[in-house]
Amino acid sequence: MGDAAAFAADRADPMVPRVARVRRRRRDGPLVWTLELEADGADPGGFAPGQFNMLTVFGVGEVPISLSGDPAAPDRLVHTVRAVGPVSAALARVEPGGAVGLRGPFGAGWPMAEAAGRDVVLVAGGLGLAPLRPALYRLLAERERYGNVVLLYGTRSPDEILFRREIETWRRRLDIDIEVTVDHAAGDWHGHVGVVTTLIPRAAFDPLHALALVCGPEVMMRFAISALRDAGLAEEAVYLSMERNMKCAVGLCGHCQFGPVLVCRDGPVFRFDRLRGLLRTKEI
Amino acid sequence: METATRRILTSEGLDGLLAALKRRGYRTVGPTVRDQAIVYDDIGSIADLPGGWTDEQDGGHYRLVRRGDAALFGYAVGPHSWKKFLHPPTLRLWRAARDGDAVQVVAEAPPEQPFAFIGVRGCELRAIEIQDRVLLAGQHADTPYRERRRGAFIVAVNCAKAGGTCFCTSMNAGPKAAAGFDLALTELADRPGGVFVVEIGSEAGRLMLADLPQRAATEGEIAAAEGVVERTAAAMGRAMRSDDVRELLLRNLDHPRWDAVAERCLTCGNCTMVCPTCFCTSVEESSDLAGGETGRSRRWDSCFTMDFSYIHGGAVRASARSRYRQWMTHKLATWFDQFGSSGCVGCGRCITWCPVGIDITEEVRAIRDSEQR
Repeated sequence: MGDAAAFAADRADPMVPRVARVRRRRRDGPLVWTLELEADGADPGGFAPGQFNMLTVFGVGEVPISLSGDPAAPDRLVHTVRAVGPVSAALARVEPGGAVGLRGPFGAGWPMAEAAGRDVVLVAGGLGLAPLRPALYRLLAERERYGNVVLLYGTRSPDEILFRREIETWRRRLDIDIEVTVDHAAGDWHGHVGVVTTLIPRAAFDPLHALALVCGPEVMMRFAISALRDAGLAEEAVYLSMERNMKCAVGLCGHCQFGPVLVCRDGPVFRFDRLRGLLRTKEI
Repeated sequence: METATRRILTSEGLDGLLAALKRRGYRTVGPTVRDQAIVYDDIGSIADLPGGWTDEQDGGHYRLVRRGDAALFGYAVGPHSWKKFLHPPTLRLWRAARDGDAVQVVAEAPPEQPFAFIGVRGCELRAIEIQDRVLLAGQHADTPYRERRRGAFIVAVNCAKAGGTCFCTSMNAGPKAAAGFDLALTELADRPGGVFVVEIGSEAGRLMLADLPQRAATEGEIAAAEGVVERTAAAMGRAMRSDDVRELLLRNLDHPRWDAVAERCLTCGNCTMVCPTCFCTSVEESSDLAGGETGRSRRWDSCFTMDFSYIHGGAVRASARSRYRQWMTHKLATWFDQFGSSGCVGCGRCITWCPVGIDITEEVRAIRDSEQR
């Protein structure tokens, strides 16, 4: 790199990416890839569960991607990407050793401090398990600090279940309840069939002493919130991770406005009572 | 600043100010006539200013007309605002060079010259103050804005003429330049030879003025300058009750008026381009054919486009109704939540430059008058 002062100036500009390498790449479902990155020469710095990075494919574009790895191993920057747009598809094609641009981590994460001493219910839909996985790693690493830990996970079909081997490993533990459901399945699936919200009434948590962390498609989150409310959970105990168009990730470009909040700056994780009304208003 | 410190510059003295700014390395930018409009661009001397011109403004209407005198600042505001310079419409952010496996990212260098803005109106000072808050006051500052804003010398001009779409008094943003300037001028256009009453707003302003031919203002001149601003304040072309507008709009997100305005709105985004506080941007990548030299540029974006809110599967705000509502509720309501103030300064540009003449003051009034409670 050039002289140290110029490098420092570059680093100080939140819009200028640093260079990272893809260390490992694994297919995690149809169109879904998990990339492990390592930033060139920079100290890892750490991240909070629920935060995201902006990843650049040079010459193609930049997209916000949640960190999906272990916050205890911040030098391995793990991101899980669904290749649905031009940039995410290009990102999923970067081979190990290839360079990408990296900005972040950004945003407010899951309320890990508030979760201490409480039951924790994680409700994930589809790719929504990826931003929840760092929280799960943290919960399991500090298992004694929390009450019951429950993961409720739904996907459209069995082949879309993310991190399958890891879920099977966790399931062997006796200190976490994991339920997985799919919307549709062929005859070789012997688990639950139905939307993820149907798992909520049977989940083992004390609604007066629990937090719910919810991540998935917006419609799924709306139904999950209402099922959690029916189960006795207060609105102040429900947190969700929102998704909006983002260009800058630092509250400067205006794209991620969601009524009074900027999702990148004030979220992406919000306590539900802060968004009450917004989720009910169309096209806000 | 006390009135006792008011000074007088003549036209010649003002020309001297421009020359002195240039000598000290400033890029002098101010109003000038181009394409039948008063725009902001580089100016060399007072000959470049729109002497003798004024503007006639209404919803979807802007015309330059001759004044009966040679006033240099006898117009309201045109389609440009100073964000054109502080927050440029297009801007390269960085470029990256690939050399084998190595990639080096280099941020774009800041401009070498600081700006001197000539003829900044009260509403525009407020707009700059708002953009300062949006782009600099958060956890992450916008580097290109900071570099352009830093060291800018601001010569404000108190308005001697209210435009047909002006409502700065409703937004408490003018017509007098309240704060945020180095020097503020009030043109006494009826005095021969050009007389400008000068208020000093900063130490930099005081030092700049000290080198110019000038004299103390008389009581009569100071009173005349105050009279200019008072007459302008009394002649606003539009008005909007703004004390409760945030609450009014937020409790009327489903008001039928949004459908009515959507019938007229072309979703062209003109209002967002001319607005002095609209700050939204998007980014674009560039690449040479081999992918060795790549880069990212930023450009103004508008919440009126479909792409603006696109997430996989479609736009969050697909209807014109929701996009107009987003713009207006952001400007007048959720801006308070996000940045602690209104986003509107009452300059009237969005009314003048709307091709179909949609009037933000009229839309607020319509919702207020037909609210179902």
